[in-house]
Amino acid sequence: MASLWRYLLAGLGLAALLAGVLAIVYLTAPQTTPGPDRSRSKTTANGLFVASFQPERGGVRQGELQSWLLTLKTVKGDPVEGAAIAVSGGMPQHNHGLPTSPQATDYLGEGRYRIDGLKFTMSGWWQLRFAISAAAGSDTVVFNIVL
Amino acid sequence: MRRLLLVLPLVALVAMALLAGCGKPQFSDTEKKVIASLALNTMPPLKPDTTNRFAEVPAAAALGSTLFFDQGMSRDGNVSCSTCHKIDRQFQDDLPQAVGIGRTNRRTMPLAGVARDPWFFWDGRRDSLWAQALTPLENPLEHGGNRAAFAHYIKKRFGERYERIFGPLPDLSTVPANASPLGTDAEKAAWAAMPVSQAEDVNRVFANIGKAIGAFERSIEPPQTRFDRFAIDLASGAEPQGDDALSPEEMLGLKLFIGKANCVTCHNGPRFTDNSFHNTGVPPVKDLPPDRGRIDAVVQVEADPFNCLGKFRDGDDNACRELRFMVKGGPDLVRAYKTPSLRGAAARAPYMHAGQFSSLEEVVEHYSKAPASVEGVSEVHPVELSDRERAALVAFLKTLSE
Repeated sequence: MASLWRYLLAGLGLAALLAGVLAIVYLTAPQTTPGPDRSRSKTTANGLFVASFQPERGGVRQGELQSWLLTLKTVKGDPVEGAAIAVSGGMPQHNHGLPTSPQATDYLGEGRYRIDGLKFTMSGWWQLRFAISAAAGSDTVVFNIVL
Repeated sequence: MRRLLLVLPLVALVAMALLAGCGKPQFSDTEKKVIASLALNTMPPLKPDTTNRFAEVPAAAALGSTLFFDQGMSRDGNVSCSTCHKIDRQFQDDLPQAVGIGRTNRRTMPLAGVARDPWFFWDGRRDSLWAQALTPLENPLEHGGNRAAFAHYIKKRFGERYERIFGPLPDLSTVPANASPLGTDAEKAAWAAMPVSQAEDVNRVFANIGKAIGAFERSIEPPQTRFDRFAIDLASGAEPQGDDALSPEEMLGLKLFIGKANCVTCHNGPRFTDNSFHNTGVPPVKDLPPDRGRIDAVVQVEADPFNCLGKFRDGDDNACRELRFMVKGGPDLVRAYKTPSLRGAAARAPYMHAGQFSSLEEVVEHYSKAPASVEGVSEVHPVELSDRERAALVAFLKTLSE
């Protein structure tokens, strides 16, 4: 009978140990906050356009000047031509703006605009805000990029 | 058997404690990735400098090296680039502020890996290595020279070497002995009186001086350190041998550097710099003229006739995207200074843009406290660090100098 107690105790001890180890692992693991919406395609704030934003070549690279493509379509799916685009942004958690001033440098047809001069100098959460003016009106869209 | 079963949990406990290294920090996979990104072996090969077509010409680099160490390249014959950029001191001078002909208001920057910078000086007031090299030559507190005098000097001392690299020197017989748009009143007047084509000839010789010095400086690269050997072993899973193994204190410092202390936010990549400008609340030095950092430099680099968009650039203007997409204003630039590389930093006190801090301990103290900036807004947030953690950070930084 006594031996059963011993097994039980040992078992409990093991379980406590396991719980402790799991707690340590859980507490010291890098925190994974849910983070901002990272979608690369979305409807603009007032619903005038559908905007998508992705690197012109390859993926996101840290520390290099890059060009991205901003593609603008109407909600019906027609390309938006002749848009005036202003770019701003920054890192909301670091209280600073962009390290460069990216610009819409070329229109490539089919609603595609080259946004050149982007540079992500550090890892973390970046925001890029586009103010878009076209025949249909003016609207804004914000993209979150997490490195 | 029963006893064995009883002992098992104890064995497990001991094994786990051993695995955890008894206080020796372990790195998660994410941390290992960050550490690998800091190692020197991830530094890409140096990109060609298309704005300087002599950048890879050995004779140009050789002439540049001669000029770099030549005290004749100054008004009083006592100052060369190497006066402040000392070859045996990581190409810096250990002084809070550089001293040429007079005392300047900034700390001399070391030169390892300088050819990889997009911007030059603490505030980035120049945009190429060769345009940078020209600036101290005409600063009255540094070399104190003027471009007309430099052109005459090159012709007299190095005419043949110059012409073999850059082609025939222009006719300088009617160029005044001293003239520059940036010099004394007399030098400015002499410069203004020169025909435009003659001024351009002198500017061309002057630009080529910078291109030769720039070609030389491209060869100055950071050496491999203990940290790099440790990082390579960590990435490959090999056990670091002998001195390459970091001590538990150094490992704790590394863990803090890439974690809680947030150093790696700006000091990232194999050069430990994001090549950008930040206000970190570093206090001004009392007896120095007002210094607003990057905000004043953007005007200067735009106005510089030797910048990437100017006529002395070689190659096409695709190389000028840093200048073209430069941030030209805004509160972020006020008292913002370049993130310096931390390679070798432990062996070159004092620190910051005007040598404000005399030790790494003071630097860590500053970033831990994160005081407000006298002007503009500091990007740094306070971090509580124990004495042990501060010492660990300093111990880690030293592995970048060994």
